[in-house]
Amino acid sequence: MYPEDFRYTKEHEWVSVAGAVGTIGITDHAQHELGDIVYVDLPKVGATISQGGTVGSVESVKAVSDIYSPVSGEVVEINSALADTPEKLNENPHGDAWLVKVKLSAPDEIKSLMSAEDYRKYIGE
Amino acid sequence: MIKKTRPHITQNEPLLFEISSPGKKGYQLPELDVPAVDATKALGAGNVREQIEGFPEVSEVEVIRHYTRLSTWNYAIDLGLYPLGSCTMKYNPRINETVARTEGLAWAHPYQPEELSQGAMEITAVLEDMLAEITGMDAVTLQPAAGAHGEMTGIFLMRALLQSQGNPRKTLLIPDSAHGTNPATATMAGYAVQNIKSNDRGFVDLDVLAKYVTEDVAGLMITNPSTIGVFEENITKITDLLHSKGALVYMDGANMNALVGMARPGDFGIDVMHLNLHKTFSTPHGGGGPGAGPVAVKKALEPFLPTPRLRRSQENRWSWDYDRPQTIGRVRAFYGNFGVLVRALAYIMAHGGDGLRRATMDAVLNANYLRKLLEPYFDLPYNAPSMHECVFSDTRQVKQGARTGDMAKRLIDYGFHPYTVSFPLIVPGALMIEPTETEGKRELDLFADALISIAKEIEDDVEHVLKAPHLTRTSRVDETAAARKPIVRWKPSAEA
Amino acid sequence: MRYLPKSESERREMLDVLGLDSIEDLFSHLPEETKLNRPLNIAPGKSEYEIVEYFRARGNENAMNYASFLGAGVYNHYRPVMVDTIVSRGEFLTSYTPYQAEISQGTLTTIFEFQTMMCQLTGMDVANASMYDGSSAVPEAAMMAVRVTGRNRVLVSRTVHPEYREVLRTYAQHQGMPVADFGYVDGTGAVDLADLEAQISAGDVAAVVIQTPNFFGMVEDVKTAADLAHKHGALLVVAFTEAVSLGLLAPPREADIVAGELQSFAISPSYGGPYAGIIATKEKYIRQLPGRIVGETKDTHGNRAFCLTLATREQHIRREKATSNICTNQALIALMATVFMSVYGKEGLRELAEQNLAKAHYLSEDMDLRFRGPFFNEFVIRTEPEALNAELLKHNIIGGLPLGRFYPELEGCMLVCATEMAKRAHLDQFKKCADAVGQPAMAAARNEGARA
Repeated sequence: MYPEDFRYTKEHEWVSVAGAVGTIGITDHAQHELGDIVYVDLPKVGATISQGGTVGSVESVKAVSDIYSPVSGEVVEINSALADTPEKLNENPHGDAWLVKVKLSAPDEIKSLMSAEDYRKYIGE
Repeated sequence: MIKKTRPHITQNEPLLFEISSPGKKGYQLPELDVPAVDATKALGAGNVREQIEGFPEVSEVEVIRHYTRLSTWNYAIDLGLYPLGSCTMKYNPRINETVARTEGLAWAHPYQPEELSQGAMEITAVLEDMLAEITGMDAVTLQPAAGAHGEMTGIFLMRALLQSQGNPRKTLLIPDSAHGTNPATATMAGYAVQNIKSNDRGFVDLDVLAKYVTEDVAGLMITNPSTIGVFEENITKITDLLHSKGALVYMDGANMNALVGMARPGDFGIDVMHLNLHKTFSTPHGGGGPGAGPVAVKKALEPFLPTPRLRRSQENRWSWDYDRPQTIGRVRAFYGNFGVLVRALAYIMAHGGDGLRRATMDAVLNANYLRKLLEPYFDLPYNAPSMHECVFSDTRQVKQGARTGDMAKRLIDYGFHPYTVSFPLIVPGALMIEPTETEGKRELDLFADALISIAKEIEDDVEHVLKAPHLTRTSRVDETAAARKPIVRWKPSAEA
Repeated sequence: MRYLPKSESERREMLDVLGLDSIEDLFSHLPEETKLNRPLNIAPGKSEYEIVEYFRARGNENAMNYASFLGAGVYNHYRPVMVDTIVSRGEFLTSYTPYQAEISQGTLTTIFEFQTMMCQLTGMDVANASMYDGSSAVPEAAMMAVRVTGRNRVLVSRTVHPEYREVLRTYAQHQGMPVADFGYVDGTGAVDLADLEAQISAGDVAAVVIQTPNFFGMVEDVKTAADLAHKHGALLVVAFTEAVSLGLLAPPREADIVAGELQSFAISPSYGGPYAGIIATKEKYIRQLPGRIVGETKDTHGNRAFCLTLATREQHIRREKATSNICTNQALIALMATVFMSVYGKEGLRELAEQNLAKAHYLSEDMDLRFRGPFFNEFVIRTEPEALNAELLKHNIIGGLPLGRFYPELEGCMLVCATEMAKRAHLDQFKKCADAVGQPAMAAARNEGARA
């Protein structure tokens, strides 16, 4: 369920690093807790984000959750398909429903994040 | 078993736009007694519109049938108990509707000469005095249009007083049980919000609070009785603590129905508060408004009240005073929701001082009676004495697979409007029940029976509850689809 | 107390269930120092008859049986009987906000129709389910523009209702949202685009706020103002106070946000409220709209149904990050407006607007108009306002609004409004009184003009 090559936050985001770019999303656990997701608010390309800072939010009918960035850097791409199909976040949160891609400014930050195994323990699975 | 209802037929009805047909009319204007004016000449061709695309074209008969049919799709206090916690859905006396339509009042223009507005100004002044007496405060403004508007006014007043003392400060403390309007208001007033955790009995924890009360704190926004319907046992200690640091205490008056005639916020240290006339003073909710949110203050805050203020001359004539150098300014045009004020005054007059107290006593009796009947079947997470409402949790039912929202939907089949669902946030899966004083024993018994019956249904056949309501003309609606692809206006089908 | 549906024996039964002697016992836990140990100083309860008498007496102390030429944000229009007939139905009057969609389809459907009609009238894509009134809709619209643009300055025309501008300033004062006025052209009473351009060029403007017809009754050039605002990256907010004008005037399509007051649609003047405000906007800004919104969806049987939607914008979910703290709206008042629009409909609203136009233009003939340009049912004259109003009162006519109170430079000017309710006899009487009082300012201006 939780890919071994991802790193995870206590706020239920994941990051997958390839070279200098990290892809950020929310975990399956998070989408499950939120219920049917109806809207995703993402930053603009070019925005600078920092680890632990807000990078956007996801909404269900009756709740809003901020998304906290697992890493610092500059947003280089956003998943604009989610604007029309927010339900993808419920269906495939670790895959094509990624949220943003970030050019990492401090690649070492990921060391502070949880491994898949730690995350599974953290959420009690 | 369902005792209160039996299904009956309701009429289908399309949208007004779908029954429109060119040339149908529901109006007739008097013959024009002055020469007609060519609009394109008077206004310029570019300023004149084409016909209003899609606008209704229906006859008078269709208008009355349309809205009458739609009205039958609503639940209402006139049909029965409406136990929404924090909303105080009580009977709306019809005399109030009649007097609000008194010709000299309903047709009074806000700019007509003061000499020809003395009756309206007198009503305003009398209501201000009565609300000051009821709250134990020194002055009242009737300008705010609703509770949240009153909150904004009240917090602006606090800020203005602190500013006049040299420092507006930075933070407002808000208990985690508060209404969402409180933190939203704090933001509009330029304050940061510090949430205060309630203790395990549902009260504001004095020790926790003490840690947060610093010279940076402008004040505390407190709801008393709190949203779990309990009277803050340490309220005077709380207000003393804030005052000792030069901070102020704002009270959200949403739950004033528990206090009128029994206790006064002004007497337990509150500096500024709002009232919801559409709750405590029974002006009709009307499907979401209008309301009125008067703000009552202690003397120190009075110079900052919104303009204009009423002034009485030596000859006993009223005038509006606009010359208030320390005012926070207007919070709306004119003087407030006067028509709502008229209704509230009529309500107070009908009760009198003693009647208001009796109403409070019955409101608290009703809530405690329901609590007693329901306690064996539902979890009561906070067992401090209840005032005007009681709050249960769905923890027992969740184990069987049904949540508070499911039970609420099933209550509809039993002929009741649901209680407030999932609020306050400090209660997991809250069922927040406020019966108000205008319910008789029979209606309360039926309601308790219904909820108890639902609790049993959950044990026997949870699926039936999860799919409720079964007997309404509209079954559960897909709110997710509505939010994902918002359709917020009708369009002709060709266009859609 | 006649609103308390319990006998003493029923109270006794309930107390027995609770194991209590008296209802007072339920208050015994209140700390002693918080209890009110005396009766409220409010007179004993009154009968219906006495209450009716009281309010009738107060009504009689107000103006009764006067014709009126007051407008200035509150208009004297006929209220079709149908309006009160429908809003008096308990199912509309005594229901709460329609959170429980299954038993609130009546209210939800009417709001959906209301939102639709607001879009049709204003030329916008989406509208909310109402605001408190026009004066609070304007600052909410400005705050919305701040959220959309990420900028914070607001420029507001001096031709916007002066009390609306005061409310805007009150709202703005603690939100880091500086508000500045821009002027009007002396001859036309319309916005001074040169002044607007000068101020907007300084940058960081989120919203430009104008009103049409403006406070002086003059029809503004929305398109030019919109072009100017957009050129500088600001949104244009168009306010309106006279909704009937929308029956005839081109809708402000070029605006980004329309914020208005619906009092003209069968809402009694009622000494200033309750009224209903509205904010309408472009589809792309819907998530920045404050207030409640109703959307269409389906129920589990596939039938069309309506529900409150996009609630995550609102305070009960987003708390300190909400788009506004607004909670209560004006549903019942909006329903009055909806019924009004249904009764008049496409042809009726236009005909009504045309009658207003005709009455006001008839009245304006031979008057010394302060401003030259297109106007709808209000205009400004030069006169001696106090003397004219005193003269009119002798004929049971309430005159117009002296403008000196709001505009020192317009001392000696009066704002006059004529709606479909103004009878020809009253219009003629007004002209006669205006002549009798004379218009010294006009004479002076003419002399000045002759010299120039």
